[in-house]
This record gives sequence, structure tokens and C-alpha cells, in this order.
Amino acid sequence: MTTPLGASGWTKELRRARLHFVTGKGGTGKTTVAASLALALASGGRRVLLVEVEGRQGIAQLFDTEPMPYGERHLVSAPDGGELCALHLDAEAALLEYFEMFYNLGFAGRTLRRMGAIEFATTLAPGLRDVLLTGKIKECVTRRESDGRHSYDHVVVDSPPTGRVVKFLDVTRALSDITKSGPIRGQAEGVVKLLHSPETAVHLVTLLEEMPIRETLEAVDDMVDAKLRPGAVLINRVRPPRLPARSVTAAADGRVNTSRVRSGMEAAGLDLAPEVLDGLVDETVEHAIRVTAERSAMEQLGEANQPRIEIQDVTEGIDVAALYEIADLLVEKGVR
Amino acid sequence: MVRAKHLDIDTLIDNPKTKVVVCCGSGGVGKTTTAAALALRAAERGRTTVVLTIDPARRLAQALGLEELGNVPKRVELDGFEPAGELWAMMLDMRRTFDDMIIAHSEPGRADELLASPFYQTVSTSFSGTQEYMAMEKLGQLVADGEWDLIIVDTPPSRSALDFLDAPKRLSNALDSRLIKLLTSPARASGWGVRKAFTAGLAMATKAISTVIGGQLLTDASAFMQAFNSTAGGFKERATKTAELLRSPGTSFLVVAAPESDALREASYFVERLSEESMPLQGLVANRTHPVLAELPGTKALAAAESLERDGNGQLAAAVLRLHADRVALDQREQRLLARFTRAHPGVPMVKVPALPSDVSDIAGLRVIGERLSGNGAAR
Repeated sequence: MTTPLGASGWTKELRRARLHFVTGKGGTGKTTVAASLALALASGGRRVLLVEVEGRQGIAQLFDTEPMPYGERHLVSAPDGGELCALHLDAEAALLEYFEMFYNLGFAGRTLRRMGAIEFATTLAPGLRDVLLTGKIKECVTRRESDGRHSYDHVVVDSPPTGRVVKFLDVTRALSDITKSGPIRGQAEGVVKLLHSPETAVHLVTLLEEMPIRETLEAVDDMVDAKLRPGAVLINRVRPPRLPARSVTAAADGRVNTSRVRSGMEAAGLDLAPEVLDGLVDETVEHAIRVTAERSAMEQLGEANQPRIEIQDVTEGIDVAALYEIADLLVEKGVR
Repeated sequence: MVRAKHLDIDTLIDNPKTKVVVCCGSGGVGKTTTAAALALRAAERGRTTVVLTIDPARRLAQALGLEELGNVPKRVELDGFEPAGELWAMMLDMRRTFDDMIIAHSEPGRADELLASPFYQTVSTSFSGTQEYMAMEKLGQLVADGEWDLIIVDTPPSRSALDFLDAPKRLSNALDSRLIKLLTSPARASGWGVRKAFTAGLAMATKAISTVIGGQLLTDASAFMQAFNSTAGGFKERATKTAELLRSPGTSFLVVAAPESDALREASYFVERLSEESMPLQGLVANRTHPVLAELPGTKALAAAESLERDGNGQLAAAVLRLHADRVALDQREQRLLARFTRAHPGVPMVKVPALPSDVSDIAGLRVIGERLSGNGAAR
């Protein structure tokens, strides 16, 4: 039952990336993984910017801080002297900033906002929204300090979900929909170059379940078609298989050797009532069915030949401490 | 500890006054499966039911006999499936719903013109909120058809549960914005006797916008909006009608959430929003819980597993004890999160629906979920 599996861990190619987009189906833990990845990349004295683009204040909730205004700010310290900063990116604010920068249009900006024009422009021309957001991200990636060093060693973006991410990143197509010329086109051409370069990787968060896996595979195909670089597949909430491999198939079929379980329990000094023993057997069958389903999900994932990293389920649930725990695990698996 | 009131699903779906049940919640919590299981149960209990699904998993769609987007309800007919009522199902086709809406509300020549507009292509496919808007449009149609006595609606897989309430409004705001009005009816604008400063501001604003996004888009938008508003009666008006429908006495909301902190946080927001909007919340479906099936403390199980492993025998029993301990820990985490939700929202009834070990692939699976939803047949 061997299938060609993707390379495991953080490959040499991934190490070249400085801009990391993290996407995934809703409910897979995309924001959690993006934050942990950012922490992992920041550990060892680096400076990393974590960006959110969907206006949900997910970062503030995750780190249990006040909702963030538009603007970069220090978020937390990373292990071994690193720093994690955060930016809550908002298309309206980015458009106003853009007007001010290029046209000195502070006054018009206010008028525009009052008339609902900003809302109109950014929602009605979804491409414009994406160009503005990716434009700002590019600015953060390429910015340098006075000593010539990059302001941020890495930028990690909590991106739109798998269903929308390619549209979000495919600035080329968005552009041709919007404008044939003008300053925004010039600016966006730089963005296109960066997004398609080895400096950029798009990571996918998934669970070992049917829908997330299907969306992951579709997104990988779409990215390849759009000449974007899919990065690592981050398999979230992996729970350890407990049964000996040879027992799984039978148990998934409902066949558990009850007398062996009972004698084992007795050997361990547990004298269990019959209904407790039955309950344990039921739990074992459910466990085996899940493990079997996860195995086939893993095989299906092999269709996309991407590097993978498994992230163990955090039993206590997700809090700030859990983010550091996952970050440590990512560092162990070679993330840097 | 505050105990949640029990959410009684059967009373809800058996009540002839219940006409519409909306299943909402953040993405990935099992809304679609819950909606389908509810519809099946209602049909088997005698109601003529239709379920409107948005983006079902392939196996679930197959279980319902939905091989493709039909955009009209199809009766679910399978060997050995003879419900007391009727079960119908459909998958939302966003684009077709939009097209139908245009065609139904405009003169023949006008409709073609609208459908051909490049601007319409953008609005009908990539506009954020179009899917939510069209789901509500379709719901309105199903209600108007009057052929079903119970409609169960799944909501689009948005990041946030709130998108479903906000998107139609956002869409109508953008399309009915003052700017659009001014652009599309300059005659009326001058009739307002607007002040000079405002006109200057407008000129500057339109110039800025057309510099950035290009004049063509604005021209297309104006033409489209002019035609659209005169035919379909305006987005805003339709969005208002949707809100009225959702507020009417026959409509109930179920919030579906997995026992995870993200999903429950979204559920909390949603509960608060529904009450602000005076929309009738029925309760919370805590979906895919993992109750412990055997009364044996986790610590005791772990200690026994370790002693077996030390002695190098009873490998199977040790594995069983370990997976039981995992389950106890998972169950404790889920109960803690759900208790926290109930502390924050003590008035919200709840039903816990234990997870099936694998994805649902047939009617039998949906029936089991239906039983668990009703609080019967749940795991011990």
C-alpha cells in the first residue's frame, strides 16, 4: 500500500521563500497555523511580520489582544530573541494610503469615503481590492532599513481560504480586468514579479478529511495553472494512531478480539464491568474507522507532490501557549 | 455549572408552523450535512421537505442523488427509501440563480443586454457576497413556490458566520451607493440642487476613481446599474425583502458549531447578532462531539497502559487504553468549551451531536445523524 508521497519537511526551496501565504479551507485552523509558522520563522533572532487581509481580527483574538488598527506593530517576542509584528490590512485604508501617496488626495479621500465610493471601488472591482492588498504586502517584503537590511526577514500572510486564494494572488488577471495603464498597473507589475518568484510560497493547511483534502488538491492545480508556487501542505490536528497497524483493518470492520482485550485489562489489574469493556471496544472500532479514513485521505494527498508537515493535535485546545508549542514543532521539522 | 437547555429538534421540525430552518455557522463545521440530515428526518416524519444545499461534499451529494447543479429541487428517490412525507434536494447554482432573477424581472430584450454586459460577468461571479445573496434569492423563490411545507437551508461556506447576514447588505450598499446613483442619473443629481463644493468633490472623486480603476469600468457599471435598477427593482429593496422573510414567524435559525474555540467564537458572535436583529434563534447544534463511551478515568487508563507496556504484553489492551485516554482528554476539552459557551449564552438551547467516525456517504448515515440531532440514539 505504498503511494508516492511528497517530500517531508521544509525543503531547500521553501527556505528561499521570504513571503509566505497560508491558505486552507474554513475550519482547518489556517489562522492558527499562520501564526505558529510566523513564530517559528521568527525564532532565533529574526523579525517577522504576520499579516491578515480579511478584516476578521483573527490575530488579535488568537493572541488575546485588543483589536488592531491599520498599521504595523509589535505583537509578541519569539523564541530565542526573535520578534513577531502584526499588520491588520484593510483594503479601504490601503486605497486611501495609496491616494495620499501618489496623488496627495487626502481631501478627496474623505469625500470618496463619505460617498461610499471606496466601498464601491473595493468591493465592486474585487481585483482592485486584491491589487491594493498584495501591493501593500509587497511593500512590507521589500522595505529596507537604513543599514540596507530588510525590515522583515519574513512576511507571513493569513490568506483568503482555498476557494479564493488563487484569485487573490493572481494579480495579472485581476489587473487586466481593471486597468490598461496608469500608476496602479506599474505598481502591480512589481507585485506580479514577486508573487511568481522563488521568494514566495503558498502553503496549504488541511485536515485528513474529504472536503479539505479535495480543496487542497484543487488549489494546488489552480496555482500551478496560474504559475504560482504551492509550498508545504501543513496537515493540522493529526491525532496519533494507537492500534497496532495489523489490527486496524479488522477493528474498522467491527472485529476486535474482545477476549484478548479483557485478559490484557486483567493483566494490568483492571477488573472492568462488561458494559465498560463494550464501551472500550466501541471506542476502538470508531478509532480504527477514523484511522482508516485518514490513511486513505493521506494517500489521496499524495496526488499533489508537495512537501508535507504534520502538526499534532493540541489536546488542551488553542491558546497563546499552544501557538508556541506548534512553532517549536515546526522548527523541529526544519522550518527556518 | 450552568447547564444548557435541551434543544428539541423533533418539536421544531414537526411543528407545522415551522416553514424555514436556516442552518448557519462558520466554515467546516458540518452545516451541509446537518441540513441534509434534518431534512431527511423531517421527511421521514411526514413533512414535504426540501433542502437547499450550497456546496455539498461529493459523497453527500451522491447520497442525495445530486450529481450536478440542478438549481431546481429534485425529489430524492432511492430503492427502499419510502419516507412518510417527501424529500427534495437541490444544489445552489449561483450563476443560474442570478441569470434567472434577471430574466424573470426584465423585458426580453433588456435581459439579453444585461446578461451580455461584461460588468454583469464580474458581479455574478466574483463579487464578494454574491453567493450569500443568491442563496437568499433562491430561498425566496422556494418560499414563493409554496410547494413545500418545510424548507431547510444550508448557508455558504464563509469564513465568518456573519457574512451570510451582512453580504446581501454589503452588495446592495455598493450597488445602491450614492456615487452609483449620481453616476447613473446625473439629471436627478443636478435636480437636488447640490452645492458647488459637493459637485467639485464629486468631480475629483470620479476622476480619482477612474484614474485608478479605469474609466471603462465606471461606464460599464453605470450602464449596468441603470438597466438593472429599472428591471429588478434594485438590490436594496430585494435585500430588505430577504431580511423580512428571515424575520417572519415561520423561520428558525440553528447555529451549527464544532466544539472548537474558533467555531464557538463565531457562534457566539452569531447568537449576539441574531438577537440584535430580532431574528429567531432556535439553538446551537454542537456538532461532532466525542463523548466517552466507557466509564474509566483517563489517568487510570494511562497508568494501566504504561504498566502493560513496561511488561511488554497485552499490546492490544494497552492500545485500547491509550486511545480511550485520548478520547477522555478530547471529551473534556469539548465539554469545557461548550460549558464556556453556555455560561456566556445561558438562554441558548443546545444539542450535542456525536461525530460519526467517517464522512456520511448514504441515507443510512444521514438517518443516524438525524437521530443524534433529535437527542435519541446518541452514543451512551
